[in-house]
Amino acid sequence: MVNEYLTTKDVHLFYGQKEALKGINLAFPQTGIHALIGPSGCGKSTYLRCLNRMNDLIPSVKITGEIELDGVDIYQPKTDTVELRRQVGMVFQQPNPFPFSIYENVAYGLKLSGRQSKEFLDERVEQSLKQAAVWEEVKDQLGDSALSLSGGQQQRVCIARVLAVQPSVILLDEPTSALDPVSSNLIEEMLLTLREDYSCIIVTHNLQQASRISETTSFFLNGSLIESGPTKEIFVEPKKQETDDYLSGRFG
Amino acid sequence: MNPKTMNKLALTTIKVITGLVVVILAFLLGRILLQGVPHISWRFLTTASQEFVAGGGIAYQLFNSFYLLVLTLLLSLPISLGAGIFLAEYAPKNWLTEVIRMAIEILSSLPSVVVGLFGFLLFVVQFKLGFSLIAGAIALTFFNLPLLTRNVEESLKSVSNLQREAGLALGLSKWTTVLKVIIPEAVPGIVTGVVLGAGRVFGEAAALIYTAGQSASVIDFTNWNPFDAASPLNWSRPAETLAVHIWKINSEGIMPDAAAVSAGTSAVLIIVVLLFNLSARYLGNRLHRKLTSADK
Repeated sequence: MVNEYLTTKDVHLFYGQKEALKGINLAFPQTGIHALIGPSGCGKSTYLRCLNRMNDLIPSVKITGEIELDGVDIYQPKTDTVELRRQVGMVFQQPNPFPFSIYENVAYGLKLSGRQSKEFLDERVEQSLKQAAVWEEVKDQLGDSALSLSGGQQQRVCIARVLAVQPSVILLDEPTSALDPVSSNLIEEMLLTLREDYSCIIVTHNLQQASRISETTSFFLNGSLIESGPTKEIFVEPKKQETDDYLSGRFG
Repeated sequence: MNPKTMNKLALTTIKVITGLVVVILAFLLGRILLQGVPHISWRFLTTASQEFVAGGGIAYQLFNSFYLLVLTLLLSLPISLGAGIFLAEYAPKNWLTEVIRMAIEILSSLPSVVVGLFGFLLFVVQFKLGFSLIAGAIALTFFNLPLLTRNVEESLKSVSNLQREAGLALGLSKWTTVLKVIIPEAVPGIVTGVVLGAGRVFGEAAALIYTAGQSASVIDFTNWNPFDAASPLNWSRPAETLAVHIWKINSEGIMPDAAAVSAGTSAVLIIVVLLFNLSARYLGNRLHRKLTSADK
């Protein structure tokens, strides 16, 4: 792959004794959408969470291997995880807005990273909500609680919240699986515009979604990376038997 | 018996038991209020108590009860918030944490008279605090701390983990996430717990008899220098509270209207506790709205 921005080399992850990731080698360019697919429990979400060190929160987890962001090892002891997670944003399966107003939700990350002028915040909030394709729906109720929105709107506000701090990589852990088809569609369309400027890595169970929006796809099975490459090749002529079986619905 | 009748039978039993509880409570409350409310008057609330003649009020006791409550909360809130936050958010899962939890559990089941005697020996006698408000407040803190800590911990734990992940994934530090996201979410639960605990503290007698004492020293409501012995705010004076007053009148009261004073005091005590409980919900919800919605 050209232009390797985020690279992982021989990443192993253990939950206590259990090996959940068995040596993953992958690289992601600075822009575009990369899809991680595979049956439940195959390790794709676990792998995704290695990339912004969210697995650090689980006490029994041990990770070996090398993960480099823009040439810097993110697991070296002096890494500032707070700064890392600002660069590598994350969107979760369940929309999880803070119990604040819509405006506060989007402005929150910025406010905490230092004093910002009201104009700057206003501008960035508007820009982020527009990028997340939810501005038109919420622009007249920015002061309302984000929890009063529908699930699909909440998820887009959550994406705007991530965009506001201007990350370079966005991790999405099944961002549409809890949403209705219309909302899913809106988010897919939004991702298609985001991929021009961000490196988006998306875990999805929806194979159509993966084939519609991603340039490259990786197939995980039982903690191993089975196959990775351009989405078209993976879907049309997979090299491995397991990939073919999974895509044709023979298991998983 | 077929499942339908079984279901009906179970439901009826549960309803009867629930009804019984409500009836007992209503009977108790009704009796205390019916007997006591006729004796409550502005004069009763604002004059000093009498030991030998009729016509005494409960002004000092009423003030002492509230002041003692404030002192107790000032002592116990910061400690229980700290301990609760630690246990819910930071404590690793190991034997030490379990020991701490068990200690809190045991502390919460200590009879209050034991807490009172312990406070008497340690603070009143050993630390030479004498029968005083501050000794009473410390004893009540011991009494209140376990419940409050548990309440804070439970309230924090009931906040969805998704919120913690959201905060951390956005690049907030753990402490910022706890302080700015988790605690505001947990505030209604915490406030409700604090106010309900306040009701318990307000009605406590046994722990105070040996610590805050049983005499209502004369206080001068025009003197607000806390270091003057006659000031209401002085914390080293002995201070009889409403609950202790009731206990004392009933065990050794010799004033001619003892029964009436006791009934009136009981009614005042019950009314205040009821007000606490009713306001708990309202306060919690208001604070939650204030903390979580925008400033505009």
